[in-house]
Amino acid sequence: MKTIKRSRLKDVLVGVIILLSILGFMGSTSIAQTEKIPRGGTLKIAFMEPPHLNTALTTGPPTGIPACQLFAGLLQFDEKFQPRPYLAKKWEVSPDGLSYTFYLERGATFHDRKPITSADVAFSFEIAKKNHPYGEQAFGAVEKVETPDPYTAVFKLKHPSPVCFAAIHPWILPILPKHIYSEGDIRKHPANINPTVGSGPFRFVEWKRGQYIILERYENFFRQGKPYLDRIMIEFITDPTARTIALETGAIHIVPFSYTPYSDIGRLEKMPDLAMTTKGFEAIGPRSIIEINLRKPPLNNVKVRKAIAHCLDRDFTIENILMGFAKPAIAPLRYTNPFCNPNLQKYEFNLSKANQLLDEAGYKRGADGIRFNLSIDFIPGGGPTVQAGCEFLREQLKKVGINLSLRPPPDWATWVTRLSNWDFELNSTAPGDQIDPAIGIDRSFTSKNIKNVAFTNTMGYSNAEVDRLCDEARRELSFETRRKLYHRVQEILWDELPIIWNTDPEWTTFYNKDFVGLPMDIFGLLNPLDNVYWRKGKVGP
Amino acid sequence: MSFNSLGFYVLRRILQAVPVAIGIVLLIFILLRLAPGDPAMVYIGEAGGASEETLKEVRKEFGLDKSLSEQLFIYGKKFLIGDFGYSYFQGKPVLDLILEKVGATALLVLTAMFIAVIIGVLTGVKAAKHPTSLASAFITTFSLFGFAMPSFWLGIMLLLAFSLYIPLFPGYGMMTAGHAGNTVQVLIDILHHLVLPASTLGIILIGPFSRLSKTSMLEVIGSDYIRTARAKGLPEHKVIFKHALRNAILPILTMAGLQLGRLLAGAVLVETVFSWPGMGRLMFEGILRRDYPLIMGILFFSSVVVILVNLVTDVMYSVLDPRIRHR
Repeated sequence: MKTIKRSRLKDVLVGVIILLSILGFMGSTSIAQTEKIPRGGTLKIAFMEPPHLNTALTTGPPTGIPACQLFAGLLQFDEKFQPRPYLAKKWEVSPDGLSYTFYLERGATFHDRKPITSADVAFSFEIAKKNHPYGEQAFGAVEKVETPDPYTAVFKLKHPSPVCFAAIHPWILPILPKHIYSEGDIRKHPANINPTVGSGPFRFVEWKRGQYIILERYENFFRQGKPYLDRIMIEFITDPTARTIALETGAIHIVPFSYTPYSDIGRLEKMPDLAMTTKGFEAIGPRSIIEINLRKPPLNNVKVRKAIAHCLDRDFTIENILMGFAKPAIAPLRYTNPFCNPNLQKYEFNLSKANQLLDEAGYKRGADGIRFNLSIDFIPGGGPTVQAGCEFLREQLKKVGINLSLRPPPDWATWVTRLSNWDFELNSTAPGDQIDPAIGIDRSFTSKNIKNVAFTNTMGYSNAEVDRLCDEARRELSFETRRKLYHRVQEILWDELPIIWNTDPEWTTFYNKDFVGLPMDIFGLLNPLDNVYWRKGKVGP
Repeated sequence: MSFNSLGFYVLRRILQAVPVAIGIVLLIFILLRLAPGDPAMVYIGEAGGASEETLKEVRKEFGLDKSLSEQLFIYGKKFLIGDFGYSYFQGKPVLDLILEKVGATALLVLTAMFIAVIIGVLTGVKAAKHPTSLASAFITTFSLFGFAMPSFWLGIMLLLAFSLYIPLFPGYGMMTAGHAGNTVQVLIDILHHLVLPASTLGIILIGPFSRLSKTSMLEVIGSDYIRTARAKGLPEHKVIFKHALRNAILPILTMAGLQLGRLLAGAVLVETVFSWPGMGRLMFEGILRRDYPLIMGILFFSSVVVILVNLVTDVMYSVLDPRIRHR
């Protein structure tokens, strides 16, 4: 018996030694792989100055670009909208969709070396649910986050809600340190401006107001050997010419989110050191649309709305105003969205059809050839292309007897106040579909979102069938069933036209070719830049 | 102390300025609230939307749920003890924000003024000495050209010329991001960044100073005492710069004080073109967002600066011209 026991013990010991060797080999292979990648360098990004650095409170990319380096999230998403591990190394979704269990990376720490635990996940979730603009839509179904142990977080839902899963990205749910952010009012918390303790691959160094933000590598990031870059700087260059010059001279390495004017694209494309991509914005889903205030006649007549849709020459707009950087909108969801319905009948540019519809609607031309007057507001700061688009529309509408006047807002504050107070007739704007239609479609087209708040259902659209379908789709687990439901929603919206969908802009990112590994999946530069390296960095330990 | 003493004069001017400053605060307060745009809606809009409950909370936080008279009373009470409130959007005390930025604007504006005065006076003196020469014609034309150019256009042209085609100067910012040198190196870096924006702002004003200097000098050069000085055999540079210019400088001084307001206004555009982190840009962003406390704080601060500069100008007058001292 003693001999057998000793022999078994030996076997176990040998097994453990072999296992440890394999693990050590894998680890060393991983380290060896990362050692071949050059380390060092400073990546400089030109973008707008954010109001603060907490993505749990805002959707703005100016906050997202630095904050998604400072704070990690549970998941990342690939170019097919599929989740990938991040702080959650693996996860389970219960068959009834009422429970998501996330297993956290052990050894992941905040920048003050305290461990990241499930308590921080639960805390961050409560913050995002209450304060994020999409908090209610994304996380409304989650009753609580349980923390059975420090490395397991269980989201308990009152009904299935796939959007919740889709929203678990640091741009909507950053993992904040509870021991820092739990005291005081989160909106006024000093750490929003001075986030010295984050969870991401880079830590905060300095924010010189009006000038730049500096981040530097967090040496204890849980992804071994990463990030490769020493620093990231976000510089606030307010003038478009100065930005283009900075890119050309190499003073700046990246200008994302079409922050380069269209007029400079041709010039920059010829620079041998620079490359351009239009990928990386699919999760935001940029659109160019004309919102319609359905309360105001004659816009409450669907034939009038359809007539206006037939006056949009999208091909001309894309070629001559947007320099080719857009596609015609084919549905209420962007063409890149997995739920987009590509089978809807187009509203072709057809002035005869427009005239016919207006006649049928009962709006005959007067002696001066005018049927009625309309005004259009447009988003300020959208660049010259937005106003040019409205001016072009004015000329087309004139041909069918609609006298369109432009009402340019003097600034953002006036525009957003008009929108919030429903003080508009037509409004040319540029929203995003966001990662899931339960965010993008719900907030713009469901009756419960008719509010005096910008970026809600300011058109006043109400359709019981759409409400029902959206509610059902929000709770449906099956992707195929959800797609069918949203296809039907899009059919109704496309037919009723509370909005005229104009184009799907292709946002550009110009970047210096010396920097490799920029993420081009659906969140683009809103992903951690831990895989980015500088060709001229140092190779080796 | 006699009524005409300098100290009493300064005190009298300061006391006169107090109701002016209070009046400015009141006027700005009312005008801001009459302008379209709601700061709470802007705040929510910038965040990408929110619930109506959040909008109400934000309005309460900003004090906008109170009546206009209540808001004025609360603001006035704090104002009198030097509390300008908190910026709605930057979450910091307005006074701190102003003090952070005023240095950058002061550096830009004073450097621009220095460039304008020095070059303007020198070219004006040159033109006055040889009023019918080719040099004088060139100076006059160049002055008018500089005066007529929009500052933002000139800024972009200088940017292209000296930041791209002949890359001598940086095109944005006040200093190289993350510059880690000693004090002298940092100062040199700042001066390097200062050249283009200060030149843009200064070139616009060279014209008026040049023309005024020329006119003023022509008047003085024809005086008897200048003829006497030349007759006594004084070197020409002493005649011009010690005797003539000293008397010709008074209108230039007045103009410098008056142009300061214009420079402060022009600084907004130049700061935006060159991403210079000054008060002008801060003000511009505050207006776009309807950041009431910030706008009011900056406007009040600017008014005080303009009042003080005019006071200093008047005092300098009496220092330079003893005849004014004894009136």
